Amino acid sequence: MPRTYTPKVVTASDLLDGDVIYLTAEDQWSRDLSRAEVITDEAHGQLRLLDAERQQGTIVGAYLADVAPDASGPQPIHFREEFRRTGPSNYAHGKQEALSNV
Amino acid sequence: MYNYSEFDSQFLAERNAQFRAQVERRISGALTEDEFKPLRLMNGLYLQLHAYMLRVAIPYGTLNSRQMRVLAEVSERWDKGYGHFTTRQNIQYNWPKLRDVPDMLDALASVGLHAIQTSGNTIRNVTADHFAGAAAGEIADPRPVAELIRQWSTDHPEFQFLGRKFKIAITGSAEDRAVIRAHDIGFRIVRRDGETGYEVIVGGGLGRTPMIGKVIRDFLPQADLLPYLEAVLSVYNLLGRRDNKYKARIKFTVHENGLDTIRALVEDRFADLRPGFTGIDQQMLAEFQAAFAAPAFRSGDTRAFDTAYADSPVFRSWADTNLTPHRADGYAIVSISLKAHGQTPGDATADQMRVMADLAERYGHNELRISHEQNVILPHVHKSDLPALYAALKQADLATANIGLISDIIACPGMDYCALATARSIPIAQEIATRFDALKIEQDVGPLKIKISGCINACGHHHVGHIGILGLDRAGVENYQVTLGGDGSEDTRIGERAGPGFSADEIIPAIERLVFAYLDLRDGPQETFLQTYRRLGLAPFKSALYPEAQPRSQAHAA
Repeated sequence: MPRTYTPKVVTASDLLDGDVIYLTAEDQWSRDLSRAEVITDEAHGQLRLLDAERQQGTIVGAYLADVAPDASGPQPIHFREEFRRTGPSNYAHGKQEALSNV
Repeated sequence: MYNYSEFDSQFLAERNAQFRAQVERRISGALTEDEFKPLRLMNGLYLQLHAYMLRVAIPYGTLNSRQMRVLAEVSERWDKGYGHFTTRQNIQYNWPKLRDVPDMLDALASVGLHAIQTSGNTIRNVTADHFAGAAAGEIADPRPVAELIRQWSTDHPEFQFLGRKFKIAITGSAEDRAVIRAHDIGFRIVRRDGETGYEVIVGGGLGRTPMIGKVIRDFLPQADLLPYLEAVLSVYNLLGRRDNKYKARIKFTVHENGLDTIRALVEDRFADLRPGFTGIDQQMLAEFQAAFAAPAFRSGDTRAFDTAYADSPVFRSWADTNLTPHRADGYAIVSISLKAHGQTPGDATADQMRVMADLAERYGHNELRISHEQNVILPHVHKSDLPALYAALKQADLATANIGLISDIIACPGMDYCALATARSIPIAQEIATRFDALKIEQDVGPLKIKISGCINACGHHHVGHIGILGLDRAGVENYQVTLGGDGSEDTRIGERAGPGFSADEIIPAIERLVFAYLDLRDGPQETFLQTYRRLGLAPFKSALYPEAQPRSQAHAA
């Protein structure tokens, strides 16, 4: 039986401010994990990663991160990705700050 | 203090202009990230979990008030209004924007601060005893030598591409407050037959394979310092492993080749190099010694201190924990705790930095120090000024009376910021401090050093914590391993691993059990945690940590 593929998103850091970003299906970069394209096919994932890596002038360090899709969108599986999507736990800085300004 | 010469200022301005151009080329697309990364690291700029991080050196931990104010200003103009002081006497800004970094570096350069060699496989910021020049019983102030090493090592063409990073620490006291045995090279100023020299320790380090440094020369005459140091570095540069990054530090070179072989190679190389040093370095050292001459200590009565000490229990409590005896009569060394219970260890807001700068100017001969334990020191305060100083610190939430106690925790940034981390450190430190503050037993427990690292690289010095906590990723869950009996003092010891790790929820109760076990086991309030541990060994503490433990044969399966 073929190994099941864990769904993934392409994530990276923004070149100018270092913020965590995700690749959307429309080929845009979003700071919000819920807008990321959820990749369910290994070959497609490799292609999307290549698409991301070509954007050296915008991003740094693209990679594929495991997610578990649910009703509200992709959810991080590893706690490191949970911290990346949320921000630090000692201050409401980073993405938490952006959210509180909405 | 050392003041920059015109040459120094120009060197720094040129270096910053180069980096400004490199940043522009990266943004324009002329440089790829692979090309840019080594350049930004040479200038202290990391890309961390949520943002860039700029690490600025505070050479040998010494600052004046003007410099501290600029650190505050930089945090406000280009960051989020605070800075994080680290275990290597640096300050880290956690939120700079790439475009702003050249301006930040220029602002820092205006007061002689820089981020050069705060990263990369080079000789890093030289650290020193934070009580340098102030401690009672000190043989000599180590900072002139640290400045000499800083100038020699900055942009040294032979040592820009070492096999791995290289850390040097120096103390002028028998008491080790700089953890010199956990550095690639440690120097201790010693005196023999009236002559000043150095005990040279090599091959110490923490990280995934902790090792205690070994004495390679028990007495190195003062004038031989730089050629000998250059000899050690040059032997390491040739012999050190480059095939495996995890075995590339000099501790492995010493371990694998043996101390005697390394010593012989260093002595050979030293014999070649020594004639090239014709005394200019010693002239410079003499200039630095003059620059670091002690301030004009005043004499005066200390009645104001004695009265406050007798009348005010909170002042007394602070004075008992946060003051250290000074070499000059009537003076004290003041440690300002950056460990208010529940706050992030080592963080200071811009306002707090300015308060400390003002207080240093007013009461402390314009000097501040950053300790590797992530606190700020006012090294020279006359005792009669202490009540007023304490009142001002209290207003700025800087009067926490916990130096050396259980809540004076070293913690690395951990997975809240660091891209290398495997677990968080800061929340664990916050919770331990809050918990023991609520229990109101901190003073009763007495001297106890907890040190927390969020990965095996051990920036939080967990190996030398009386209680060390190491955060790991165990199958996708944060897990905290406890080591016991470590010691970062002159009697350096690596802590012993107590057993299986604890989850984030379990670690605080586990530390609590450990501390209550100590209170039960100690031979009276005078016996510290570490002394009790040394007397009784791991077993009784292990029982406290693992009350449910199965018989030995089964426990190992965990």
